[in-house]
Amino acid sequence: MSVIILLLGASLTVGLIFLAAFCWAVRSGQFEDDYSPAHRILFDEQPEDQHL
Amino acid sequence: MTTVETCCYHCGEACENNERWLDDKPFCCEGCKLVFELLNNNGLCAYYQLNGQPGAPQRTPVRADKFAFLEDEKIQQQLIQFRNNTHTHVTFYIPQIHCSSCLWLLEHLHRLDAGVQRVTVNFARKEAQVIFQEPQTSLRKVAELLTSIGYEPYISLQDLQHKKPGINRQLIYQLGVAGFCFGNIMLLSFPEYFSGNGDIDTHLFRYLNLALSLPVFLYSAQAFYRSAWGGLKHGFMNIDVPIVLAIFVTFARSLADIATGSGAGYFDALTGIVFFMLAGRALQDKTYQGLSFDRDYTSYFPIAVTVVKGGKQLPIALPDIREGDILLIHNNELVPADGMLIQGNALIDYSFVTGEADPVPCQAGDIIYAGGRQLDGNIQLHTIKPVAQSYLTSLWNRQELQQQTHRETSFIHLLGRYFTWGVLGIAVLTAAWWAWHDPARIWPSVTAILIIACPCALLLASSFTGGHILRILSRHRLYLRNANAIERLAATDHIVFDKTGTLTDKHNTTVIFNGPPLTHAESMLAAALAAQSTHPLSQAVRSFCGNSGLPVQQFRQVTGMGIAGVVNGEHIRLGNAAFTGAGENTAGGSVVHFSVNGQVRGYFSMQNGYRKGIPGLLMQLRKKYALTVLSGDNAREEKQLRKLMGNDAALCFSQQPQDKLDHILALQKQGYKVLMIGDGLNDAGALKQSNTGISLTEDSNNFTPASDGILEARQLPLLPFYIQLCKACKRIILTSFVFSLVYNFTGLFFAVQGRLSPLTAAVLMPASSISIILITWGLSMLAGKRLHRKALQLGADEDQPFT
Repeated sequence: MSVIILLLGASLTVGLIFLAAFCWAVRSGQFEDDYSPAHRILFDEQPEDQHL
Repeated sequence: MTTVETCCYHCGEACENNERWLDDKPFCCEGCKLVFELLNNNGLCAYYQLNGQPGAPQRTPVRADKFAFLEDEKIQQQLIQFRNNTHTHVTFYIPQIHCSSCLWLLEHLHRLDAGVQRVTVNFARKEAQVIFQEPQTSLRKVAELLTSIGYEPYISLQDLQHKKPGINRQLIYQLGVAGFCFGNIMLLSFPEYFSGNGDIDTHLFRYLNLALSLPVFLYSAQAFYRSAWGGLKHGFMNIDVPIVLAIFVTFARSLADIATGSGAGYFDALTGIVFFMLAGRALQDKTYQGLSFDRDYTSYFPIAVTVVKGGKQLPIALPDIREGDILLIHNNELVPADGMLIQGNALIDYSFVTGEADPVPCQAGDIIYAGGRQLDGNIQLHTIKPVAQSYLTSLWNRQELQQQTHRETSFIHLLGRYFTWGVLGIAVLTAAWWAWHDPARIWPSVTAILIIACPCALLLASSFTGGHILRILSRHRLYLRNANAIERLAATDHIVFDKTGTLTDKHNTTVIFNGPPLTHAESMLAAALAAQSTHPLSQAVRSFCGNSGLPVQQFRQVTGMGIAGVVNGEHIRLGNAAFTGAGENTAGGSVVHFSVNGQVRGYFSMQNGYRKGIPGLLMQLRKKYALTVLSGDNAREEKQLRKLMGNDAALCFSQQPQDKLDHILALQKQGYKVLMIGDGLNDAGALKQSNTGISLTEDSNNFTPASDGILEARQLPLLPFYIQLCKACKRIILTSFVFSLVYNFTGLFFAVQGRLSPLTAAVLMPASSISIILITWGLSMLAGKRLHRKALQLGADEDQPFT
């Protein structure tokens, strides 16, 4: 029985961590702009003096 | 001239005369070339490599001191969000943002100005947050820098008066909490359902479930409590009322079961249904961040205007304009306050305010009303009414636009009510039966009936279908304010159109020459003369006659009359009848007479062309709907319109905004469900009064009056198919509802006997929810495919939508 209690505690804790992560993601606005972050990461940093 | 079409390297528009080249790259105008030079000199040409031709055309140069008002301390304070010694934060709305190149360039702004520390673009809102350092750079310099690379920030009076409302994230949190609790309760219920004969002590799990259901009951379900209470307060029983009743009964029954130790309660069914309903609501409430359905005149007005005081030009914030101030209105600027013309050639385009298609020429001393756009050089005005009392503002603040019109309620609520009465009837009958046979089973059977038969299936079906339909419509560029608008649009039986800017395209002027056909030499003469003037009519004549490099001597311009000059030794005149000696003007509308050496050759007449696909659209609509045209313009196009609209349509001309509104009211009194399609401020009242008001826009940046929906203008020919899709919405909801009744009856079968076990409920509830979600999704996609096929047939293109 005590093993079950331990497991219950562990599983609920993991769930709560994910709930907290979700709330943080909403609060920081990650669901509001799904375009810029996805594209920003693809930009290569280029040397400043590149001309065509 | 070459006939090969070259496209501008910056914006992709056709290069008309093919003469501007730099680094082997063609440019359509000086503006585009300048932007390229600036970027090239600063090593920012990756802009052009990420996407081909990413820019916006820069044909109309922005006046050098346009952003002078940003030096004003008071205006700065309103715009700047945060400021300390080291940095300043400001957010600009930049409507041109449309691709990853824009994103890249704006976020590399620091390479152009070392004072800029960081730029973060929010693509969905089309906003750029700029962090910069004073005094290395200033607010004005940043705005001017953005303008110089083709991203002019849009700063309107609205920015001054109220801050944009924050996004409401509560629903998302509620959904997250409900999902967490639902998942865990399901998991923790397994021992209860499958433990067999008491090998495990399930009491701990029961109390854990109770604890986990509390956040759902007390927090997540608030969305429904609020809506139900709001409805009841107004004496209206909406669909949320029976749902809240079911939530309460389920919770009470479960609590009682656990307290007496007689069962595990129905917490998994309860939290599951709340979770699914919230998911539907979140889907349906998706907002278009790039669009605003509630714009008022303040977002149409500039934030500041140039005032002439003691020979100096000062930028003054609009609310600070007083009676008697002298305003300097630059070419192509909006007149922000009613005033008397004291200097310059005024040619005012009122089409947005009144619907008149032709610009109005004004003489010194004439009153010019706010909302008009000056088209012919700079003018000076003597303010006679401050902004808050001007004609345009009073138009907006009129009573009928402020009051909330009562709108008929959705069939969902009605159906939900019948359903509830039916369920209550069954509950009463069951109670009576058990009172006779076995009174102990009244409580379990009645509560079980209320649990199993809540109209949540109906609510789920309607919110998921609504969400899907809204999304499909937005993919085809019709952006509806909310799901209620779908049902109202579906009920339409009378369509009212505005003419100017709705049926016709303001940017598509057709020029016809009336008279003996012009020879090429004559065309060249007219073109050379017309090229000397910036007047829109001259411009139209020039584009009709072609390019001419002939020199013009003795050029003179007579305000309100026309232009004259000597080309190739011939005396040429373009202008009104009196100026050219053509005699009385009988043509009506915008005409330019043309004379060579005093000999009248004929006249050019200009007409706004109808949008592409309009004749076909009207032909189709005519068969199914009653049609009306309410135009603020005069009746000169009546014949042509009559031919398009058919004999049954009502055509009304010279309609003031008030007339339009009254006309809609009259139609509604006759029992019509009116759909109004308009674009200007003069339609604002009618749009609001009609059952559904849709405003057309050329692009997302355009000002649109408050309405139920925003439609991109070139998609107008798809109108009948939009309505068809909206009609399908109701059918889909009903189909999935009927389907869900199967689950309800299965549940009722157990419930009336008082034998509904938590396990049965836990299987039935999610099963019915998920099948409704799948059915609505599948049927919506099917209905959407039909619209998509039509869209392709009509040749409407399918690129990136603008939200």
